[in-house]
Amino acid sequence: MTVAQPEALTFECETGNYHTFCPISCVAWLYQKIEDSFFLVIGTKTCGYFLQNAMGVMIFAEPRYAMAELEEGDISAQLNDYDELKRLCLQIKRDRNPSVIVWIGTCTTEIIKMDLEGLAPKLEGEIGIPIVVARANGLDYAFTQGEDTVLAAMANRCPKEPEKDATTATSGDRNAIQKLLSFGKKNEDVTKEESEYVDHPPLVLFGSLPDPVVTNLSLELKKQGIKVSGWLPAKRYTELPVLEEGYYVSGVNPFLSRTATTLMRRRKCKLIGAPFPIGPDGTRAWIEKICSVFGIEPQGLDEREAQIWANLEDYLELIRGKSVFFMGDNLLEISLARFLIRCGMTCAEIGIPYMDKRYQKAELDLLEKTCHEMGVPAPKIMEKPDNYNQIQRIYELQPDLVITGMAHANPLEARGINTKWSVEFTFAQIHGFTNARDILELVTRPLRRNHNLKDLGWSNLVKEAKV
Amino acid sequence: MKLAYWMYAGPAHIGTLRIASSFKNVHAIMHAPLGDDYFNVMRSMLERERDYTPVTASIVDRHVLARGSQEKVVDNIVRKDREETPDLIVLTPTCTSSILQEDLANFVERAQLDAKGDVMLADVNHYRVNELQAADRTLQQIVQFYTEKARKKGDLPEGKTAQPSVNILGMSTLGFHNQHDCTELKRLMADLGIEVNEVIPEGASVHNLKNLSRAWFNLVPYRELGMMTAEYLQAEFGTPYVDITPMGVVETARCIRKIQELINAQGASVDYEEYINNQTLYVSQAAWFSRSIDCQNLTGKKAVVFGDNTHAAAMTKILAREMGIHVVLAGTYCKYDADWFKQEVSEYCDQVLVSDDHGAIADAIASIEPAAIFGTQMERHVGKRLNIPCGVIAAPIHIQNFPIGYKPFLGYEGTNQMADLVYNSFTLGMEDHLLEIFGGHDTKEVITKGISADSDLSWSKDAQAELNKVPGFVRGKVKRNTEKFARDRGFQEITLEVMYAAKESVGA
Repeated sequence: MTVAQPEALTFECETGNYHTFCPISCVAWLYQKIEDSFFLVIGTKTCGYFLQNAMGVMIFAEPRYAMAELEEGDISAQLNDYDELKRLCLQIKRDRNPSVIVWIGTCTTEIIKMDLEGLAPKLEGEIGIPIVVARANGLDYAFTQGEDTVLAAMANRCPKEPEKDATTATSGDRNAIQKLLSFGKKNEDVTKEESEYVDHPPLVLFGSLPDPVVTNLSLELKKQGIKVSGWLPAKRYTELPVLEEGYYVSGVNPFLSRTATTLMRRRKCKLIGAPFPIGPDGTRAWIEKICSVFGIEPQGLDEREAQIWANLEDYLELIRGKSVFFMGDNLLEISLARFLIRCGMTCAEIGIPYMDKRYQKAELDLLEKTCHEMGVPAPKIMEKPDNYNQIQRIYELQPDLVITGMAHANPLEARGINTKWSVEFTFAQIHGFTNARDILELVTRPLRRNHNLKDLGWSNLVKEAKV
Repeated sequence: MKLAYWMYAGPAHIGTLRIASSFKNVHAIMHAPLGDDYFNVMRSMLERERDYTPVTASIVDRHVLARGSQEKVVDNIVRKDREETPDLIVLTPTCTSSILQEDLANFVERAQLDAKGDVMLADVNHYRVNELQAADRTLQQIVQFYTEKARKKGDLPEGKTAQPSVNILGMSTLGFHNQHDCTELKRLMADLGIEVNEVIPEGASVHNLKNLSRAWFNLVPYRELGMMTAEYLQAEFGTPYVDITPMGVVETARCIRKIQELINAQGASVDYEEYINNQTLYVSQAAWFSRSIDCQNLTGKKAVVFGDNTHAAAMTKILAREMGIHVVLAGTYCKYDADWFKQEVSEYCDQVLVSDDHGAIADAIASIEPAAIFGTQMERHVGKRLNIPCGVIAAPIHIQNFPIGYKPFLGYEGTNQMADLVYNSFTLGMEDHLLEIFGGHDTKEVITKGISADSDLSWSKDAQAELNKVPGFVRGKVKRNTEKFARDRGFQEITLEVMYAAKESVGA
């Protein structure tokens, strides 16, 4: 419908009345990622109920997370916070013996101003387990930003180089032993491997990804002779990467702006601002940017990307020319929209909870460039969207696909509008060249399914639907 | 502070939202931070609801914390009033608003000035009551609100309906099998020649609440939800109520006899004995089932029952009284109403457990080693771990407990469903004997080694490690696809690169 194509992206902001997950949900994937951790969410029944229902089956698998459920006595300060937390943390130490306890502050601890950051160092000294504090609450953050608050707190715990060999008393012991054990046999391999890399300053990547994706992305960089010195977070808390002044860091996810800020300001690292490695176009741009910072001429990326696109053709046929609407709830929206536009889709609106234009600058530039190259209008980026207004716009636009939360998915489907549940993008493996197919598998699923049903005359299943 | 991994009953606001969203054209506005509207996801997913859940949040963020909600809540109420023209907007406090102690009642008053619909504040305290208590209270509050409103306007209808009639109280969204139960109860009332005056809150309009007084009596099928309303209506209009859950053959009969007594006292002259007899002996299969030889094999088998008051109590009685099963332990998580539960079940089981700590129940199950468990989804998982079958009889529940097919727990069809549930939960009688005779199943030893056993391809250490990270249930497929890819292209060894290439080309 739009005739004139706006040159630049437009940014708007609505009321913030939208549906998303509470940021404490990050414990669900972080406890699995950091294998020796224990996450203690200090909050109320409301928080517990959310976790229990949102995490579904996982709750039964003896998870390494729990609620410290606040009672009326805690709220009115009849009970002493320090004593209460000490009692629970000792219980956790006895039952699970983790290498780190992560306290997740919630809305309630904010409102009653429980000084978690103050209590943690004292208790840490007393019980001998590191305690990391992250304020992942719904007052300030949305969904995936929870991971950002945890990683920002973890960034402060990464060892500095001088401690690497001697290692610190608490967190280092196990580390040192592991190194001793593996030293003998790995020595040769290590020197051999070193020669495969270009000489460049140390690079640490940040963002929690499933291990297979970590291996995959590290390997992509290795092909360019780039060595990944470490990941924040690592598989174990005791293996957090060394961070020294002058190290280079790069984010793999769009919602990690606090972590990036912490790494720059507190750890004096240099941030490589790049598009995120989501989709083959994003992955290529991400690698190119890292290469360019290290003065490396990237090898074979053209063919690699072309090959991936060629393999996606069956899926691309399904979505080319179709329109997508992002309601916005997990901050992956800009990168996903950029990828889908490159795939040949159009996008009228990208809803997003929070837009850090500095941290996402390279990604926004790539989005704009992509729109220009594909000859489609630039989308409107709607920060803090209003779900009610969005639904009116969806009725008006009748997009071919709406990417939305579960609260709206079934009602939209019942009105004949295809939807994809947005949370799946945060749990599926979507990074790197290899996983581009998985993104399209998700995106095309409703289209493929509904294609099978289209002749049955069952698309509108609501009486007197407003559509 | 309490270390908690799991809870049986949700927080208070969930109860209020369940009531509000059960009514037609009632909207709830939560005073809550971002992310607390998880209720919408549950309703949309579990109930597979086609309509938007009429719940929105007036978001509490950093600014609200600093300066108070000010106009925000009022604006949100008035806005929703314009957008959706609901009959009623229920402002719902959460744990967050409990401690902020803003004057929500004042917001409601101010919003009422501009709103065309009614506005009220749910009277629930997050730290004092749970989901079930809050739901009970909110239903009563709404009924009282509209009764008083009608009285003030002078349009409360006079007198009772001409024919005997009933209000069914307590059917609500996200309730365990509520929709099926509701259909079954309506069918039962039709059989008994009783008009259904109103069903609340599910599907009801607040405009009809003034008619509640016209019913001859109220039926409260669930102990947890509707009692306060029934007591209010009794105090207000002298309407008697029946609070016997018609679950199981004996209890259904008892419920019907109580109904007979109440309506005969008001001038009807009905005799339901013939109906009860006919249903029990010939229509419901449950009585015959308990007499059949199948059920003989269940005699004396040990069971543990755990759930909410209604379902755990009824199940305990069915197992012990109607099937001859030995209920070693019956338990409830409704601690606030524990006396009622103990009184109901104490003669039908060895021990009573009142606790909301899932660990305590799991320990009890492990030490008792029953042949079957009847509990919530939590007990089902305990059963899985201990290899004991479990029938789910109460919330908390998952999506599979919202069946599309007709599965009531109440009334005569409910007794059939219960018989199936119980029978299928225990190892089948004859099978049990055969297992004893032949020394158990031998299927566990049969393991297909798969195509991979003597593969011509070797896997590099890295690739093997990577393969092991693939979730077990698809690992075989990934392995086969990768090897096919490698074979087709003449690779001798499968390295990480080959693996990724395979994935990229075929989505292995």
